[in-house]
Amino acid sequence: MRFNLDKAMGIYESALYVRAKRGSILASNLANSDTPNYKARDIDFKSVLKNAAGVSAASNLRTTSAKHIIPGGNSAASAELLYRHPLQAAIDGNTVDAQIEKTKFAENAMQYQTTLSFLTGKIKNLTSSIKGE
Amino acid sequence: MSLMSVFDISGSALSAQSIRLNVTSSNLANAETVSSNREQTYRARHPVFAAAMQGFSEKSASVGVNVKGVVESQSELRMRYQPEHPLSNEDGYIFLPNVNAIEEMANMISASRSYEYNVEAMNTSKQLLLATLRLGQ
Repeated sequence: MRFNLDKAMGIYESALYVRAKRGSILASNLANSDTPNYKARDIDFKSVLKNAAGVSAASNLRTTSAKHIIPGGNSAASAELLYRHPLQAAIDGNTVDAQIEKTKFAENAMQYQTTLSFLTGKIKNLTSSIKGE
Repeated sequence: MSLMSVFDISGSALSAQSIRLNVTSSNLANAETVSSNREQTYRARHPVFAAAMQGFSEKSASVGVNVKGVVESQSELRMRYQPEHPLSNEDGYIFLPNVNAIEEMANMISASRSYEYNVEAMNTSKQLLLATLRLGQ
């Protein structure tokens, strides 16, 4: 069995990337909480992660012709941005609810750290098998 | 590196909110500035915020905030009949700014709250980045 470092890190690598991206989206929502006509945005984490993981799996496929299409062309970088459904839109057209965005930001940060600790576990496993202790 | 952009985004929000705080304090400081004609009277100022779209593609979500400019309120000035005042005009009136103290206080609270949670977002991102740097250690 050939060892593959990409696979060794599992889905966590893509997850970390998508979490970081979502963090910056939520930060822009918070930054624009007083901007007239700004609409709060977010991504659907599940589908974006699926796409991101699909791309890394697809990159392992062997193509013998330049015309072959690699599945899952939509990467996390071009994640589909959605608009948040406003519960109580402001009179100036702004749909940012600071409380919701703050909770989502905290939740996202927590999940980022969870992903980090999973990755740390993976790395520890690898180092202990390399050292053979 | 997406988390790095949080510093730009929240940083732009911090500067925008501090401009708003400055304008509010200037309005409150000048709330009782008297003058003898309409033109020379201080008018309440308000910043105009806009999402900073330049340099970002249409699909990009990482959007900071810009202060487009500061506008003067066009609402009616307060006039007071006070003929003994040294600045009163020939009819005995003095002109006071159209600063609404309640509106300014509400603005100030809103600005300081926004400032606070943008600092919070920056702090959290900083911690996450540091944790990422320590990965595997």
